[in-house]
Amino acid sequence: MRFDLRNNKDFLAGLLMLAIGGIGFYMALDYPFGTTQRMGPGYFPRVLAGTLMAFGLYVLVRGVRVMEKVKGVWGFKALAFISLSLVVFGWTMDRLGMIPALVAMFFVSAYAGHEFRWKEVVVLTAVMTLLSVGIFIYGLGLPYPLIVGVGGY
Amino acid sequence: MEMFNNLIYGFTVALTFQNLVYCFVGVFVGTLIGVLPGIGPLVTIAMLLPITFNLPPVAALIMLAGIYYGAQYGGSTTAILVNLPGETAAVVTCLDGYQMARQGRAGPALAIAAIGSFFAGCVGTLLIALFGPPLAEWALKFGAPEYFSLMLMGLVSAAVLAHGDMVKSLAMVVLGLLIGIVGTDVNSGMARYSFGIPELTDGIGFTVVAVGLFAVAEIVTNLESKERKEVFTSKIKNLMPTVADLKASFWPIVRGTGIGAFFGALPGTGPSISSFSTYMVEKKIAKDPSRFGKGAIEGVAGPEASNNAAAQTAFIPTLTLGIPGSATMALMLGALTIQGIAPGPQVMTSKPDLFWGLIASMWIGNALLVVMNLPLVGLWVQLLKIPYRWLFPSIIMFCAVGNYSLNNSPMDVYMCAILGVLGYTLAKLECEPAPLILGYVLGPLMEENLRRALLISRGDPTVFFTRPISLSFMLLTAFIAFIMIAPAIRKKKEEAYTSG
Repeated sequence: MRFDLRNNKDFLAGLLMLAIGGIGFYMALDYPFGTTQRMGPGYFPRVLAGTLMAFGLYVLVRGVRVMEKVKGVWGFKALAFISLSLVVFGWTMDRLGMIPALVAMFFVSAYAGHEFRWKEVVVLTAVMTLLSVGIFIYGLGLPYPLIVGVGGY
Repeated sequence: MEMFNNLIYGFTVALTFQNLVYCFVGVFVGTLIGVLPGIGPLVTIAMLLPITFNLPPVAALIMLAGIYYGAQYGGSTTAILVNLPGETAAVVTCLDGYQMARQGRAGPALAIAAIGSFFAGCVGTLLIALFGPPLAEWALKFGAPEYFSLMLMGLVSAAVLAHGDMVKSLAMVVLGLLIGIVGTDVNSGMARYSFGIPELTDGIGFTVVAVGLFAVAEIVTNLESKERKEVFTSKIKNLMPTVADLKASFWPIVRGTGIGAFFGALPGTGPSISSFSTYMVEKKIAKDPSRFGKGAIEGVAGPEASNNAAAQTAFIPTLTLGIPGSATMALMLGALTIQGIAPGPQVMTSKPDLFWGLIASMWIGNALLVVMNLPLVGLWVQLLKIPYRWLFPSIIMFCAVGNYSLNNSPMDVYMCAILGVLGYTLAKLECEPAPLILGYVLGPLMEENLRRALLISRGDPTVFFTRPISLSFMLLTAFIAFIMIAPAIRKKKEEAYTSG
């Protein structure tokens, strides 16, 4: 238990900050630093990334010393399906149109829940798709094809 | 007298048919969505932001402000009826509001929350009209060093006073500033952190960050656990509070308004700290403190007035200085920027219709809340029964279509997914997203002012300490950071957030 860092709240937070700060600093090396009087585009990012790494190191060390665990469980499944539903929506929207994109999005995102009830998801998808077509296409006048290849597109 | 002329001018703007409709729609939709369990005001605003972008600036801001307090009030309704706080400020309302509901007094609790909020809202509106103009006039004298120091103060105090760990919150501010850098540097024209993706040279869209960090992260957090809450729906018969209730609530409402107005106006502090403090004060001065937590009406009236007062006065630094006090205000500021209005003291003089129209509409919005909510309580209660498995895909739908519509590009939707993963991870590791979004909004401005300040001073960093206004901001920043490091006070803050 003592050396289990995988669920150590502050250790992971610190690690994440160090990683983001590190990548940020590394990438900013490509941007001219300039001088304090004439700050280049790399000045502010490098200062910030450095600061983030410093905070990250502090939090990481504190995590190792305090050993506090992450509360609750990780909702990896929900996170995966919710993110996937957004990606699926974006991908389908460009290729097949708004209605297929919304249908795909609802079915994928519904898998993120605790239970998947076919009938409910079908009804919900139908109702919300109608609502969203009403609001976005007719209400706000956004120029998206409902289904690519149907109705003049 | 000028104040009244200005307010009257504001009412002429806000009372046009079109703006009145937007105000009403905003308050109604805000309450409607805010009431839904598991959807806080931040998520409500984040998901509805893209819809307002197609409106003219004044109408968009009026509608957003309506959504804001509609959502806040809706959140109180959920807190009282389901014991489910949508945001930290509503945690306090849960304590006694839910107990009142269990005793069959949900009606009076909801009514007193509405009345307290309305009173606080009126006072808040007057305070903005009173203090806004002189503050903006003063701020017009600010140069780059003053602005930089002021932003630093806002960000540090936001991180330090916010809920949660101080060091992590400061780190989140820095992370937010870094995310704000993504895009093309205005001075050199160089694309920074764009990873070779052309869409990213315009920066990461503001609603993308808001939706990813707040909506996606919150939905996933809600889906982690299977908790079911009992809803007290059948018992709402008597809506009107008794005379004794009103008497008991009067001073808590007044005190709450005062405390809330004070905290709301400070950059970096928002409704949550003010409602927590109000609750503590009421508990301290009550004759019988043991009633608190068991359905004391003062415990609903005070904090509700307080968070609404804070919600109003938070507009003071946002509109006059361009420094948002809370994550919600950061969203408002972002909306302003997207409408092509550079936030800052010049807004009041260059866009008087926007400033005064918005203020007048706040009052109208508050009045609408009272008029609308008491009769509609039955409808809100019905909404509470909607199962979450229907809600969350629908929220995702609004977020997805809304973000797609910004640039008609799927890239924004993909970025939402990526920031959602980041947002959820941060939430799990107890890194607060609110300081992050403040940093993100202020990032580009802060870099620009730092650059200008150092250019004027020929690279001499003491410029921040030799100019009196800038020096006072720096000293205040140091003071705020110092007192929070002091163990005794830090303990008090934790008490305020936990004991409640």
